Amino acid sequence: MGSHEHSRNHSGPEPLAARVQRMTGLNPACCYQCGKCSAGCPMAAETTLRPHDVMRLVARDRLDKLADADGLWLCLTCETCTSRCPNGCDPARTMDALREIFATGKDGKPPKAISAFHKSFLAQVRAHGRLFEMGLIMSYKLGGGPMFADVTTTPSVLARGKLGLAPHNVKGLDEVRRIFDACAAVAAEEEGR
Amino acid sequence: MTKIGYFPGCSLHGLSREYEESLKAIVAGLDTELVEVDDWSCCGASSAHGTSHLLAVTLPARNLAIAESQGLPEVLAPCAACYARLASARHEIEGDTDLAGHVNRILVRDFKNTVKVRSILEVLKGQVATIKAKATNPLKDLKVACYYGCLLVRPVEVTGGYDDPEDPSSMEDICKAAGAVPVKWNRRLDCCGGGMSMSRTGSVVRLSAAILKDAKAAGADAVVVACPMCHSNLDFRQKAMQQRGAWEGDMPVLFLTQVVGLSMGIDPKTLGMGRHFVSTNSVMARTAGTGSGAGTGTNKATAVAGEVG
Repeated sequence: MGSHEHSRNHSGPEPLAARVQRMTGLNPACCYQCGKCSAGCPMAAETTLRPHDVMRLVARDRLDKLADADGLWLCLTCETCTSRCPNGCDPARTMDALREIFATGKDGKPPKAISAFHKSFLAQVRAHGRLFEMGLIMSYKLGGGPMFADVTTTPSVLARGKLGLAPHNVKGLDEVRRIFDACAAVAAEEEGR
Repeated sequence: MTKIGYFPGCSLHGLSREYEESLKAIVAGLDTELVEVDDWSCCGASSAHGTSHLLAVTLPARNLAIAESQGLPEVLAPCAACYARLASARHEIEGDTDLAGHVNRILVRDFKNTVKVRSILEVLKGQVATIKAKATNPLKDLKVACYYGCLLVRPVEVTGGYDDPEDPSSMEDICKAAGAVPVKWNRRLDCCGGGMSMSRTGSVVRLSAAILKDAKAAGADAVVVACPMCHSNLDFRQKAMQQRGAWEGDMPVLFLTQVVGLSMGIDPKTLGMGRHFVSTNSVMARTAGTGSGAGTGTNKATAVAGEVG
């Protein structure tokens, strides 16, 4: 499987298929377009590109077409595609690799709410070592999530004792932050490729 | 007494605390002791793996490394998402020495990746005989739709194949041991919308309403889940489904551990039955042996159930 540390000799931007293969250890060209992944995809009804379309575009190095694709961001990682792929292509892992490429790079366009949610989620984990749900809700709304959604439901969640009012900080917070920083450094290195 | 490592995960200490309450209530009766992973941290859930693969492996690896240093051979992760992230990390590190080296250098730990990750289905499946023997209050009038969702049984490379990824049976077997009657239905492996409850509520409403409708059509009195996200989407989001015209009615959604707990005659309050958004009173009425907040006495509880029914 591709290492994050291997250096690469190149004279231009690395082609998408090669980059994805380096990240996943799987050759996207192994997909023979049977469409079984898309047949079982719960989000295929909402996306313009279905999993087998994504696999084909990766194999054809079409970074441009994928940058506009909502399918990458709407993928729920239910792993149905990966479970059912008859040729071991792992579309779910491929989606993750693409999101990683587009999240760190300047080419992708993640929907604002979804991007805000993930950023807020990870910020909570970096800050406390665990998810502080109330903090997530606040930070998500301030970071670009829909401001008034769930305003009326939040009191009912509180009433059931389901939302903590203060975060719990883990003792090994230094280690958790070291993990985040090391991964951010790898991402920065990757972006420079 | 069997000891098993325990990774609660963030949801079991927050939005799904009734899952932990009911789990802790039943393990004593199953002769099992949960040993919590010391100072555990978040597995990264759905946000880490779409952001950085290395982060998605290293965050769970910290917890596996701590469990290993506690001498725990296996860890139960009741949350299906935590289970998937922990088991995936274990699987990926096992198959990639470069990645294993990289993770160890970040953690600064001598981590050998020896800890097995177990789902709640895997653990309770091994206890079916005990559950049956302890079911003093079998739920014989309760028809349940066992909902697996995505991450409990697939992909099989990650789960190790403790159950079939397309036609699983462990949850039905556990519910049967508790005396409940599993219905046959179609959408038990469909996705509920996972972590998009807040960021794309419309998708969650569409997917989760289809699941509830199918369960209802199959005659289920309740849906049984083993995942905090599935629970939140199917229980908490029923109101949004109703408001958007996607679903009519009220379908109680129970954690599998609550089903087992009710069959053992454990007080519903202890099992966190009152924390649900959709009332579980109809379940109490049908389970006959237990009344809401009525303690564990079978006769008294039957009387309460009789009043409701």
